[in-house]
Amino acid sequence: MMMRTPNPSPRAALAATLLLIAAIRPASQGAETTAKPSVRKDPATHWAFQAPSRPPVPKPRDARGVRNAIDAFIREKLDHEGLKPSVEADKAALLRRASLDLIGLPPTVDEVDAFMADKSPGAYEALVDRLLQSPHYGERWGRLWLDAARYADSDGFEKDKPRFVWHYRDWVVNALNRNMPYDQFVIEQIAGDQLPQAGAQERIATGFLRNSMLNEEGGVDPEQFRMESMFDRMDCIGKSVLGLTIQCAQCHDHKYDPIQQEDYYRIFAFLNNDHESSMVAYTPEEERKRADLLRRMRDAEEGLRHRTAGWEERMAAWEDSVRNNQPEWIPLTCRHEGENGERFYYYDDASIRAASYAPTMWTAHFEAATTMPLIGAFRLEQLPDPNLPCHGPGRSIKGMAALSEFGVEAVDVAHPTNKIAVKFVKATADYSNSEKDLESEFDNQSGKRRPYGPVSFAIDGKEDTAWGIDAGPGRRNQARKAVFLPDRPIAFESGATLHFRLMQNHGGSNSDDNQNHNLGRFRLSATSATNVEADPLPAGVRDIFKIPRTERSPSQVAAVFSYWRTTVPEFASVNREIEGLWKEWPEGAPTLTLARRAGKAPGEETRSTRMFKRGDWLKPDRAVTPGTPSFLHPLPANADSSRLTFARWTVDKRSPTTARVMMNRMWQAYFGTGIVETSEDFGFQSAAPSHQALLDWLASEFMDRGWDIKAMHRLIATSATYRQSSHVTPALYSRDPYNRLLARGPRVRVDAEIVRDIALATSGLLQPALGGPSVYAPAPDFLFKPPTSYGPKTWNEEQGPNRYRRALYTFRFRSIPYPVLQNFDAPNGDFSCVRRARSNTPLQALTTMNEVLFMESAQALARRVLENGGRTDDERLSYAFRRVLSRAPTVAEKADLKELLGQQRKYLAEGWANPRELAKSTEADRSLPEGVNPTQLACYTVVSRVLLNLDEAITKE
Amino acid sequence: MNCQSHLRQNVNPRLLARRWFFKECGVGVGAVALGHLLRQQGFAASPAGVNPMAPRQPHFAPKAKRVIYLFMAGAPSHLELFDYKPELAKWDGKLPPAELLKGYRAAFINPNATLLGPKFKFKSHGQSGMRLSELLPRLGEVADDIALVKSMHTDAFNHAPGQIFINTGSQQFGRPSLGAWTTYGLGCESTDLPSYVVFSTGSKGPSGGASNWGNGFLPSLHQGVLFRNSGDPVLYLSNPKGVDDSIQRESLNTIQRLNQKHLDVVGDPEIATRINSFEMAYRMQSSAPELMDLAREPRHILDLYGAEPGKTTFASACLLARRMVERGVRFVQIFHEAWDQHGNLTNDLKKNCLATDRASAALVRDLKQRGLLDDTLVIWGGEFGRTPMVQGGNDGRDHHPNCFSMWLAGGGVKPGLTLGESDDFGFNAARDKVHVHDLNATLLRLLGFDHTRLTYRFQGRDFRLTDVHGEVVEKLIA
Repeated sequence: MMMRTPNPSPRAALAATLLLIAAIRPASQGAETTAKPSVRKDPATHWAFQAPSRPPVPKPRDARGVRNAIDAFIREKLDHEGLKPSVEADKAALLRRASLDLIGLPPTVDEVDAFMADKSPGAYEALVDRLLQSPHYGERWGRLWLDAARYADSDGFEKDKPRFVWHYRDWVVNALNRNMPYDQFVIEQIAGDQLPQAGAQERIATGFLRNSMLNEEGGVDPEQFRMESMFDRMDCIGKSVLGLTIQCAQCHDHKYDPIQQEDYYRIFAFLNNDHESSMVAYTPEEERKRADLLRRMRDAEEGLRHRTAGWEERMAAWEDSVRNNQPEWIPLTCRHEGENGERFYYYDDASIRAASYAPTMWTAHFEAATTMPLIGAFRLEQLPDPNLPCHGPGRSIKGMAALSEFGVEAVDVAHPTNKIAVKFVKATADYSNSEKDLESEFDNQSGKRRPYGPVSFAIDGKEDTAWGIDAGPGRRNQARKAVFLPDRPIAFESGATLHFRLMQNHGGSNSDDNQNHNLGRFRLSATSATNVEADPLPAGVRDIFKIPRTERSPSQVAAVFSYWRTTVPEFASVNREIEGLWKEWPEGAPTLTLARRAGKAPGEETRSTRMFKRGDWLKPDRAVTPGTPSFLHPLPANADSSRLTFARWTVDKRSPTTARVMMNRMWQAYFGTGIVETSEDFGFQSAAPSHQALLDWLASEFMDRGWDIKAMHRLIATSATYRQSSHVTPALYSRDPYNRLLARGPRVRVDAEIVRDIALATSGLLQPALGGPSVYAPAPDFLFKPPTSYGPKTWNEEQGPNRYRRALYTFRFRSIPYPVLQNFDAPNGDFSCVRRARSNTPLQALTTMNEVLFMESAQALARRVLENGGRTDDERLSYAFRRVLSRAPTVAEKADLKELLGQQRKYLAEGWANPRELAKSTEADRSLPEGVNPTQLACYTVVSRVLLNLDEAITKE
Repeated sequence: MNCQSHLRQNVNPRLLARRWFFKECGVGVGAVALGHLLRQQGFAASPAGVNPMAPRQPHFAPKAKRVIYLFMAGAPSHLELFDYKPELAKWDGKLPPAELLKGYRAAFINPNATLLGPKFKFKSHGQSGMRLSELLPRLGEVADDIALVKSMHTDAFNHAPGQIFINTGSQQFGRPSLGAWTTYGLGCESTDLPSYVVFSTGSKGPSGGASNWGNGFLPSLHQGVLFRNSGDPVLYLSNPKGVDDSIQRESLNTIQRLNQKHLDVVGDPEIATRINSFEMAYRMQSSAPELMDLAREPRHILDLYGAEPGKTTFASACLLARRMVERGVRFVQIFHEAWDQHGNLTNDLKKNCLATDRASAALVRDLKQRGLLDDTLVIWGGEFGRTPMVQGGNDGRDHHPNCFSMWLAGGGVKPGLTLGESDDFGFNAARDKVHVHDLNATLLRLLGFDHTRLTYRFQGRDFRLTDVHGEVVEKLIA
């Protein structure tokens, strides 16, 4: 992928340079673009490839105003450059700056007043501490990590189906709020599932690597897009954690850095043995409910055992009576014989897993050959699989399947013209849900009733009825089986070719959305026995039967008991009680995770990793073992080849880049540009650091403080460097246009999400609730319909409080980026992004002037002003100004606003515009503040809109 | 708008003059403000006030200065439209030769699919004798103005990766599109319209979504701006309800005045750029609706395209594309997702050609009669071709990357040329093969660029549209 670096013409170079500086500020590059790429340099000569060692803190000539070590490093350089630091920013500016940086929200007027009134020497430090304790801190800094983690709420590519991974988003926010040490933060995201005693939270964290895009359009090869995901995960770890462009070595040895192609595939090998898994995740509240229910169920069963003398003997007798009551089933090795819409994996145990495109209403055809001379019945097992939603066994969001019809044609092997369309007379299942109508996500717009329930629906000849296996929350995702009895045994002496017809008609009308109700993993078997029924015992219970009774663990005994009790008539009332408890089980939500392939069972085999010639997965080269590049710190002796080993290696204190990369990104967020400008690349091609010793000091301090992220925030935010005024003179601007030397404080337009959050917060509309499913913020309807989108998408614009949630929670379709955020340079999650562009365009102006939520904010702000902003225009204008900008207006500024107010009053009084229309608010039901007429509200709406559109309003300064 | 319209509003004449200067003269406030600052101090030019969209000169004298790209998403069948295969008709219903399928990866169909003869007749057109399908009679009338490439091939055989590949040179998402590279390289000639405009006129959006016109890692002002030919042409273009033009203008005046005051205090030229952005936005609010108003076109032009004012058709988009390039828009791309004929090939192709043939040809003819065709490049094609083998019953074809056809016109393309040939089945491109990277290298050449030198540094690497590939197809260039 790496290309020869071109030698640009001077004119093109100039044009390119001019362009670069317009938005993404360029690396201080130029001469090195002509460097000969073929000469690979010695890693020992590159500063960023040596582990950081703590440099001595310099002693600047003039130490006045130095507050901590950061300032000493910055001052030393300023001294050297002959520059002086700026004065401290005034208090109001500082408050607004720190609030926007630490929690991504501006201060309220009350907060401004309180801070201005606090004359204590530690007022600012106390403010920083307060902000770091705010739950909004995790939202602000979590968003930046989610850029790096390429988080989105949809798959990308053609179908771009909604996906469920918001539990991971909330995990990030919570981890930061709890100040999880950074090394642990990284380890859990790469390999939380492999930690000892990993619980749900550690598994949710592995959604990090699962944020890759996924293509499930018709006709794709799923392995191709698993490979694309793998390449993406490599790129993501390289950029987000290591600060190395390792993706360059996918096709060949890195042109500049000492990363061999083999190194790439050795890291790849650490990540190549996982299921693309998902699990049902629960919110903290749901977890509490679950624990309570589990306890009550346990108590109920315990009570039953307590009251039932001799239950062990009775259960043993029952076990002996059912242990051998099943016929022998011969698995049938099937192959799909239709067109390649849905694709199938075939396993050694004759099971099949459907993958990739999932048509919502279709019939799968399979062929199998058997030598059995007599077939008395067929069995369809539905099996759980980690790669299915919530582990399946079906492919719906909840892991469910509905079988509309089961059909078989049997062909005599000896006489192929001898065919039987098998007629089924009886179907039994270990579980069928009671008959119910399809849920709305499976609506096929036919208007017909399409119930699903008893297994007999699969042989009733009706396409509108199906066998359903939805046992409700907590009990859905387990193996199920059905047995189908033909009217007479199939007897072909030389055996038969069997053609199975599995009709799966109970999905919705839109195959471009999550509306399928298809089989996931399943297996077909046959028996020569006749008149058989589906075994009511769960497979797990029969597995325990294989263990001698004396050797079973208490939980195994309990598992057998849990089933056995349901067969005992005298336990009916307790059984009913427990059934009742299951009805209370919380629904939870699916979330994407990684899960290690166990190594043995079919589908669990360990994959060997091969290098790919020129990075092409269709051209495998020699095999490689897991390992890390030799120029970096070594793996521990005797390290195993698990993902956890790799995860720990990335945050080893000897890693030359990990701590520096994180400190650099924090610096970038505060000051607009990183100490190393190329925050994604610390290799030979990276931009020279502006303050290398400072970066090393920060990295050392970070690790010495136990990777304490909040401690480093406190250090940076309380430094004198950060607290400087951002005012700039032409002289200083010309000297240092990008403020790399930091002779002044940062002044940058805030990130996209904060642009929107500022409007919501200052207008009082913001709904500050944390976490939960992503929300559908206002957006034009046409965006989510063809021909703008490929398929019709669900976007039920929020009308309640969710309308005003922080932008962090806005649903992110990759193919339809949310326009407000896109216009302000929010990345859409296609790939890992550790450095946003920061553009300044007319589309941004149109957005803040005209977009509906910005207008609603102006209207709401006007109401707040008229309600709380005093009685006179003077008071009200000051109040409005302070709400938005956290400072009082100057006399001249107020005069401009007054002039506008006067113009608008006159204009509206003359009847040119309709004040009610202008001031319309979603709070229209609320009566106007006392003594306020619609014209006043309209005038203040205009003024509020002006304030929200000021450069200063969306700028941290 | 003209500057007189502000007079009734009690505006300070000095400010008015200032606004007129910026608005009507197209002078960026940023540059002015910065220039003022710098003159005071006597320093050399500094970056923040430079207009990144100012028109620029490429590596060579460009033959094409603007592009209209008719992107036929879904992949039209070359075998029914452009690539006449009488031999395939003879093989109808037979299995293809085994050696043809060696290593072939198909999307939906099974290896045992039989060949399907072409569904439509072909005839020769113009002096060049270009053979085109009976479905394309209008295109036939301009055959001597277009160049047909029958030997295209690509790397991808699924829609989303295929579309992303031809539009961005990569099957991975997140790279800049051809349109973004073009405006990055050439800048924009319009001061009140976006430089890269996108329409979607098919039955649904393209599979690759917004990434087809994304800016990738280029500055975001190079991303395609989605226009609609109904309702608000650009998102958030209209004032909010209740805000009329006078309120908008007065509000904007106050915003600009306050921004200017703040600029005077804090000195950050970024504020000057913001002032400029708001002025441009305001100009776009009046220029875009005027642009979109097809009722301003004479009847015979509407008829030429088959466009109707107020109708959101492919034909309207073609006519709007012409209006846009006339007004300095650099790159217009119309995505018409309609061509994925796994089944119902015969009728769907008839329908699609009725919807597109007349307007596509009209665009060439209209540009030519206005003298615009010489330096406007028109491109027509999709992401891959379709299998000579049948899918389903006897009326469908599957995705096929090995061979497909496209046509180009104007902008330095050799008119009347038919380039390349496929084998007897239209299965593989056989002579004068043109890979997607070759096509893009050639398009950049026509726009005046050496495709190996139009690069952007990102993540320690210089990226380009053609990755490390691409040969300019000299034969295509007049």
